[in-house]
Amino acid sequence: MAPEDADRVHRELGLSDEEYENIYALLGRHPNHLELAMYSVMWSEHCSYKSSKIHLKRLPTEAPWVLVGPGENAGVIDVGDGIAVAIRIESHNHPSAIEPYQGAATGVGGILRDIFTMGARPIAVMDPLRFGPLDDPRSRWIAEGVISGVSGYGNSVGVPTVGGEIVFDETYKGNPLVNVLAMGVLPVERLVLGRASGVGNLAVLLGASTGRDGIGGVSVLASAGFDDESANADKRPSVQVGDPFEEKRLLEACLELLDEGLVTGIQDLGGAGITCATSETASRGGAGMDVDISAIHSREEGMEPFELMTSESQERMLAIVQPRDLDRVLEISSRWEIAASVIGRVTGDGQLRILDGFDGEVLAELPASTLHDDAPEYDRPLAPPQDLNERRSLDASVGPVDCSADLLTLLRDPAWVYSQYDHQLFLNTVVGPGSDGTLLRLRDPRTGRETGRALGLSTDGNHRWCHVDPRQGTAMVVAEAAMNIACVGAEPMAVVNCLNFGNPEHPDVMWQLSEAVDGMSEACKAFNAPVVGGNVSLYNETNSIDIAPTPVVGIIGMHPRLVEQPPGITVGDGLSLVLLGQQPQGDVSMAGSRWAWEIGGCKGGTLPAFDLAQAVRTVAFVSEIVQKNRVEAVHDVGDGGIGVALAEMAINSRVGMDVSGLDDHRALFNESGGRVVVALSDSDLRSFLEESSNRGVPAQSIGRTGGLSLVLGSIIDLSVDDLTRASRDALPQALGQGTVSG
Amino acid sequence: MSRRVGVVRFPGTNCEFDTVDAINALGGHAEVLWHSASDLRNVDAIVLPGGFAHGDYLRCGAIARFSPIMETIAAFARNGGPVLGICNGFQVLTEAGMLPGALQKNVGLKFLCGMEQIEFVSTSNIIGVGASAGELLNIPINHFEGNYVCSDETLKELEEENRIVFRYIDNPNGSIGDIAGVSNEQGNVVGMMPHPERATSTILGSNDGSRLLESLLGAQQVTPT
Repeated sequence: MAPEDADRVHRELGLSDEEYENIYALLGRHPNHLELAMYSVMWSEHCSYKSSKIHLKRLPTEAPWVLVGPGENAGVIDVGDGIAVAIRIESHNHPSAIEPYQGAATGVGGILRDIFTMGARPIAVMDPLRFGPLDDPRSRWIAEGVISGVSGYGNSVGVPTVGGEIVFDETYKGNPLVNVLAMGVLPVERLVLGRASGVGNLAVLLGASTGRDGIGGVSVLASAGFDDESANADKRPSVQVGDPFEEKRLLEACLELLDEGLVTGIQDLGGAGITCATSETASRGGAGMDVDISAIHSREEGMEPFELMTSESQERMLAIVQPRDLDRVLEISSRWEIAASVIGRVTGDGQLRILDGFDGEVLAELPASTLHDDAPEYDRPLAPPQDLNERRSLDASVGPVDCSADLLTLLRDPAWVYSQYDHQLFLNTVVGPGSDGTLLRLRDPRTGRETGRALGLSTDGNHRWCHVDPRQGTAMVVAEAAMNIACVGAEPMAVVNCLNFGNPEHPDVMWQLSEAVDGMSEACKAFNAPVVGGNVSLYNETNSIDIAPTPVVGIIGMHPRLVEQPPGITVGDGLSLVLLGQQPQGDVSMAGSRWAWEIGGCKGGTLPAFDLAQAVRTVAFVSEIVQKNRVEAVHDVGDGGIGVALAEMAINSRVGMDVSGLDDHRALFNESGGRVVVALSDSDLRSFLEESSNRGVPAQSIGRTGGLSLVLGSIIDLSVDDLTRASRDALPQALGQGTVSG
Repeated sequence: MSRRVGVVRFPGTNCEFDTVDAINALGGHAEVLWHSASDLRNVDAIVLPGGFAHGDYLRCGAIARFSPIMETIAAFARNGGPVLGICNGFQVLTEAGMLPGALQKNVGLKFLCGMEQIEFVSTSNIIGVGASAGELLNIPINHFEGNYVCSDETLKELEEENRIVFRYIDNPNGSIGDIAGVSNEQGNVVGMMPHPERATSTILGSNDGSRLLESLLGAQQVTPT
């Protein structure tokens, strides 16, 4: 079917022969080069979700408080008092592997535009980051660059980075994961959607000029894996370059346009650039659009139409404006020193026409909706890995054991990272980074008045658990996220996800994805926290080796009555320590634990039993005792098990502990889900244990605080000073060893 | 108190609304002044808030000093009007020559955000009313370029004229003499790197910044020299 000369072109653009034939059928003719380029970006894995869509449908997405679910620029929930919250998470993995600073910076910029596109002022960013091992100089180069990029762009654009994660593991050596979550608030009535409607309305391109940066980023970069490092360097021109000052002015200008009710629809320009923004707004609004490429303000002379249409130059927005409002729109743009060009007109025929001058030559013409609605959808073959049973039969607790040394190795204070981020702007940060969850005061975006309530936020992923068992592992990740915000007093409301996986053409990767979606679905239903948005990042592989499956969730919840700071993880002297939640029975499995991966050296085994219903009860109980300030301190048991959790509490408090019943490395470092440590006064102990038992939450008294050392049974006796040094120095020392670029 | 405070907004400023909220919560009346205006609307005091005026391009504050409003603010200050520069605002004031010295990159070459303990050194200025030297305050910093430098002569002058307003207890950025804030000779122009507006509520970790802003609200115009 395909003519000889086009044969090569569509393949080079990342389209399969079958996809080419679909385009031929849709148009009833061969597409020209420009049209082909437009289909190639819109039908890329990144834009079309063609491999994952069929699975994503199984996620719960509805609840009475969900105003906008998946499929728009961001999810939006109603948080009461006429206030809505927009939230979204995205990946910028591949660009960050090649050009760490700009990859991360433009990741922040892109996600912020998704938020203000909905009419919300972005008030928080979180950055779950995953890099190769710290002893690899190139991984250190990537880590430093990414952290500087988040810091450089986020601080300057004026949105605080209030939390995140930092993980180092061999699996991310060639392919780091740079996920960014952003959240914003808006008055419910200001919610706008990316729709073009009203024949004759104008499409105004706002912001930076369009250049040759990021041409085909979604197809060249985001939808293919990495080979060797020299090939990666060749892809560097596909990475965009960010300008936070341009973004800041664009943001303020757009919020002013929205405040004055001057736009009927607005859309950010991200992946696939103008092609995506014009076709998406038109097809969502059931309209068409004429686009005059000669009107696009460009960065250089002589750009080809396909370059203008697929460039991913940053800091651009497309606003749909009624002709009578155009002058005011231009006035506001000029006040903020933002370029603005009328590049399109809404039409009624559903066609997306690319023209050289509104009355000039037609360069491309296609039904706008075909770029979205007719994008391919694949049910790719899936199969569990062939060695699954063998892998699961391994004992993950074997290996050289030295509990004291192991504990010191597992401690890593992330302060070196988050102290580089402005995490306090907007005066909302009650609990910031470095804690279990983040807690932000909720203020009315119209008046700035406090509502007496607060939003809990956390991002969580765990490639180890998900590698061992993607289904249970993902359910445990959701439970961990819920527990983290419970520790600051919030109750789960919604989830966004970033599904980072390997090559979807590998059946075991598709199996991981499918299993992870099921695990997430079960857990989100159990917590009554629907998925309101997300992002799928596939082809995370280097030399055909896939990364361990890494679904990352961002969770948002509500603290209904904020009157004082939540207890936090800091303990005083002379308190009782209680472990809440499901207690592992017998010889507990170490599978998927940091100890097993980083010290024992076993990546297999079977995860410890996990009771989702029990985790839901524990989360509800924990958020309640935090809201009522029933305890002096609370800390989630996560990475590194109870050993690390207790050490972190001791370090933060500069107070020792004496805990019994932890007799070996299994008890110390296993990562059974759904547990927290709380500290409370002796006089409250009896009634607290009774109450937790009445609530169906297992609780056991495990020890006391006091002294200057952490004493855990007969296996650990370390001074708090030694623990502090190990934890505080881990990152600066490792990252201070020098780096190697590209 | 009904003192009117103008909070200047340059393109790229980002702490203007936090500053307005903090001042209003203390009973003041803050309003935002756009950088290209040259009218100060009869406010009683000026705050140059934190952020990245004009993107901090070229050098922090280097472009902002040319914004039209700066000329009016300089005249306002010459007439003894109270002017407080916070973080980026401090950088703008040094670039504009309204305060001595300059702010260069932190010694660790990293952006730093977090709580710092600072000590009141001189209280004879617009934010020291009711305070005494030696008092300790917890106020967050948030900067890349907070490393204060000046010539030996200037340092000597600052010390002799009692114009060092704050010193860090545990110097985070390499500032000469641990300096966290300075004033002009009359004490009506003060620049400081820590953010008092971020320390105006115990639920956010500290309320020590409130008294500085309260002092600003009560500050009298000094007699021009």
